[in-house]
Amino acid sequence: MAELLFWPALLLYGEAAVGYFGDVRRPGRAGRAATWGVRLGWLAQTALLAVQAARDDGFPWGTWASSLSLFVWLVVSAYLIWGCRRPYRLLGLVVMPLAVALLVVARAGGGTGVGTASHYSNLFLVVHVGLVLAAFAGFTLAAALSGLYIWQEGRLRSRPATVLRRQMPALATLDSLALRTVAWSVPLLTLGAAVGLVRLVVRNDQVDALVAVTAATWIVWCSYLGLRLLGGWAGRRAAYLALAGFVLVVVVRLALPATHFA
Amino acid sequence: MIRLVLVGTSHHHAPVELREQVALDRDAAQELAARLAADGREAACLSTCNRTELYVVADDAEQAERDAVAALASLGAEVEPALYRLHDRAAAHHLFRVAAGLDSLVPGEGEILGQVRLAHELGTTGPLLDRAFRQALHAGRKVRAETAIGQSPASVSAAAAALAEQVFGSLEGRSILLLGAGKVSEQAARNLRSRGAEIALVANSKTERERIGEELTRVDVVIASTSAPGLVLEAATVADVLRRRKSRRLLLVDLAVPRDLDPAIRELDGCYLYDIDDLEGIVTETLSLRRREAERAESIVAAEAEKFHEWHAALDVVPVIASLRARAEEIREAELQKAESLLGKLDDSQRRAVEAVTAQIVNKLLHPPTVRMKEAAAAADGVLYAEAVRHLFGLGEDER
Repeated sequence: MAELLFWPALLLYGEAAVGYFGDVRRPGRAGRAATWGVRLGWLAQTALLAVQAARDDGFPWGTWASSLSLFVWLVVSAYLIWGCRRPYRLLGLVVMPLAVALLVVARAGGGTGVGTASHYSNLFLVVHVGLVLAAFAGFTLAAALSGLYIWQEGRLRSRPATVLRRQMPALATLDSLALRTVAWSVPLLTLGAAVGLVRLVVRNDQVDALVAVTAATWIVWCSYLGLRLLGGWAGRRAAYLALAGFVLVVVVRLALPATHFA
Repeated sequence: MIRLVLVGTSHHHAPVELREQVALDRDAAQELAARLAADGREAACLSTCNRTELYVVADDAEQAERDAVAALASLGAEVEPALYRLHDRAAAHHLFRVAAGLDSLVPGEGEILGQVRLAHELGTTGPLLDRAFRQALHAGRKVRAETAIGQSPASVSAAAAALAEQVFGSLEGRSILLLGAGKVSEQAARNLRSRGAEIALVANSKTERERIGEELTRVDVVIASTSAPGLVLEAATVADVLRRRKSRRLLLVDLAVPRDLDPAIRELDGCYLYDIDDLEGIVTETLSLRRREAERAESIVAAEAEKFHEWHAALDVVPVIASLRARAEEIREAELQKAESLLGKLDDSQRRAVEAVTAQIVNKLLHPPTVRMKEAAAAADGVLYAEAVRHLFGLGEDER
């Protein structure tokens, strides 16, 4: 059953990624088809996660591969909030290829089938993994919005005659959406990481590389919030800082999890 | 047959001196439409700065056309040679093109859709004109939804406003500083104000210009169009202001020649400077995009106009179809009456079954001729088919 749901999700996300490329060349139908691809793919992946949850005895996303699948779902969910609107279609050009690639990696690691339940307690995993992943999904979206900001700002500064051809969100909108997304994500990461930290201390476990880089990630995103809210940072500077924070998210999600989850 | 007649003139056929003679305000347009709609006709008057068009629905197309021409000629005698006259399919297609903005001076301009809606509301419409205008408005909306024909600005002032929206999003509560008060800058300011922005200061005199530095820390958009021979605003001044603005964005639009704003401002972070060449480049690009999109829009309009034509043509055969169906039903009921002695022995459910079967036979028999008559009507043979059906089935003979 999980197998049956994985392929439609992957194909629909793939269709969306291709559709968004088509929309860049000629805005219109390809973009609309891509948006439907995201919606239907998200439904298929939601069903896949539901099947995993129903079949497994315990929290089914406790391995790095299955947590990657959940992470993809969270990123696409967050994207769906704005992605259906026409000016944000360009964001799909970043988000959907990323979703496809990560879903393929998750499958290669066996994270899209059943029987991936972890030996950890459900409550701990739901709070720790769930909150941290939701925060990382938010950071991913904030980074995508910041990337779009830098690209759009570059266009406005270089003043090409085609600057108004594509319907785009305003700079101020992109900037404030990125801030709001981070403002939601930082508390989630704080809570999720705190739960993990308490457990680490109680069990007298070692701090591994992932924990250390997660702490660095938390510091960068807290700095982002602080500089924006108290230091008056906005625009390009803030967008570059968000991208730097995202690099750490990528490292945490892709380079280091194997040891941590083991 | 009920005919649709269009008589009018537009910027394609008449210069402004002629167009202004036949331009009508709301009340006059309403009154003229009501006058032309006498004797059971339908009429609507579309009057904008680029066109005045009269749409009349009547049985006698020639007389309706003569009346419409006379009505316009009474407003300005010289306009008559500049009038175009279109009938039925061509008239409807023209109305659909107008509603889609394809006949406008700037292809895809959005104002015309509201003007067509107003003409519809003020007209004395009946089934045909009502349908024509509704479908034209639908075609206009469809063109705007499915093509990019109306998306980009088509004038320097609209381009400036669109750029401001691209930087700030909603312009509600944003403030503008006007340096000088040229015609184009006034238009740009009007455009920004219509989107919610407010004018903070118009710096026209030397005294007012001394306040520029102070105002620059507060405003969001600067529009410059003075006739000063040199720069009015140096990059160093703007750099100083930007430090005090703390990451708040500033859009500067320089419409003056020679330029008022130091081009070195472009290198500063947090501000965006556009000069008249940049804006004209955007407008040229926009217009070429609109022309390309117009090809797609034409096919949408043609398809919608075809649907209207099919509906209009089917009106010719509708009375014959109705008579044919009434005659068939009459025969069915009469035959059932004749068989009453046999049917009386049946119970209710058996009776209903017989009713249903006979009705089904009639429907199945009449379905193909009904469909073919409508198809023939769309292909202009409708009247011939209608006559043939009338003759073959003896329809209307009782009345003769």
